[in-house]
Amino acid sequence: MAIFGGRRRNDNPNLPPGQHLTESFPVLSAGPTPSISADDWEFSIRTEGGDIHRWSWQELLALPAEDVTVDIHCVTSWSKLGTGWRGVSLDTLFADVDTGLDYVMAHSYGGYTTNLPLEEVLEGRAWIAYEYDGEPLDPEHGGPARLLVPHLYFWKSAKWVRGLVMQDDDYPGFWEENGYHLHGDPWREERYA
Amino acid sequence: MRRPPVGWFTGSLVRATSLTDSARSLTFSVPGWPGNLAGQHVDLRLTASDGYQATRSYSIASVGPDTDVELAVERLPDGEVSPFLVDDLEVGDSVELRGPLGGWFVWRPEHPEPVQLIAGGSGVVPLLAMTRAHTDARSTVPMQLLYSLRTPEDALYRDELQQRSSTTPTTWHYTRTVPPGWTRAAGRLTPDDLRSATLPPERGPLTFVCGPTGFVETVARGLIDLGHQPDSIRTERFGGI
Repeated sequence: MAIFGGRRRNDNPNLPPGQHLTESFPVLSAGPTPSISADDWEFSIRTEGGDIHRWSWQELLALPAEDVTVDIHCVTSWSKLGTGWRGVSLDTLFADVDTGLDYVMAHSYGGYTTNLPLEEVLEGRAWIAYEYDGEPLDPEHGGPARLLVPHLYFWKSAKWVRGLVMQDDDYPGFWEENGYHLHGDPWREERYA
Repeated sequence: MRRPPVGWFTGSLVRATSLTDSARSLTFSVPGWPGNLAGQHVDLRLTASDGYQATRSYSIASVGPDTDVELAVERLPDGEVSPFLVDDLEVGDSVELRGPLGGWFVWRPEHPEPVQLIAGGSGVVPLLAMTRAHTDARSTVPMQLLYSLRTPEDALYRDELQQRSSTTPTTWHYTRTVPPGWTRAAGRLTPDDLRSATLPPERGPLTFVCGPTGFVETVARGLIDLGHQPDSIRTERFGGI
């Protein structure tokens, strides 16, 4: 019988159960990488009342930005610790948004969607990120800008994000329709439905 | 819901064959396995004697309701799990498997569209499963494969793909070394190669692309340049950039 020894030990307390560390930055996308120029880029938040709050690329860049260093965890079991991002907190973007609904659906250029509870993208837990590691975000990794919600599995951090639509229930997004967990907390291993 | 529940199963290795110098086919007997669609993957978990565990995802080469599950694993030079699976695991040994996983990068026989499969290297595994599903279903939907390889020696499942050439033909493309007598020089897949070896957009194909990240990015961009709709292209990438 072959005996598996394993080379690395998951003794890092920042590594959620069932995850292993990677130094590279794997790419997982369901389709082609969309090409969006900054000139055409727009981000919006739409509420149940039909109000649409819009930001152009220049307007986004003019908002107060934050530099954050966070751990990211992919459902395919890799984790990358201490990644550096720059972007705008969703608290800033939601400052003037009036909604009574508790959930959001993130929509991306290219058609991707993912669902999130509103309270999990507020209070310093989510950003619209446009720099990674001090450089503009590569298209393969979601550039010009992606959602960054590091406390959930990384499929929730929608690449090429174009907007958030308030919704009255936690309706599933793209991967959530395709077998993945509605919520996606890596510390509770909420991987698959 | 159409999906069976996802859980951990114990799989015992019943058959292993070498595919290339660096890749091995592993067939596990998995009691309770609910069957799987073509293109799905599985998490494989190994446990060391001190309780340490390592989990990795692998595409499933087999398809259908059978409880024998075939994986094709390529040894990664700095891998922790793949060298063990390719070089050490013996018939009779057990691993844990969770799945089947993934509901998007799958081909179902009821899909009406013609199908173009495009593989880079070991990305052929889920696409091979699709050709197997096509054969099993006696499908009459056109399905063809473009298989890009570094050298002829890197081919996985060459004999099987060639045996299926009358129903799901394969176009072979070599980027580093060509076989003797090959008329085209080795080189990267060009836009012309893509145009001549894939179903054109007018036929409305569903296209599946699987391979290393750089390969998939290049091919997907090339397909869009040829006029394919982005939502007709499904991708699966492996590796970082």
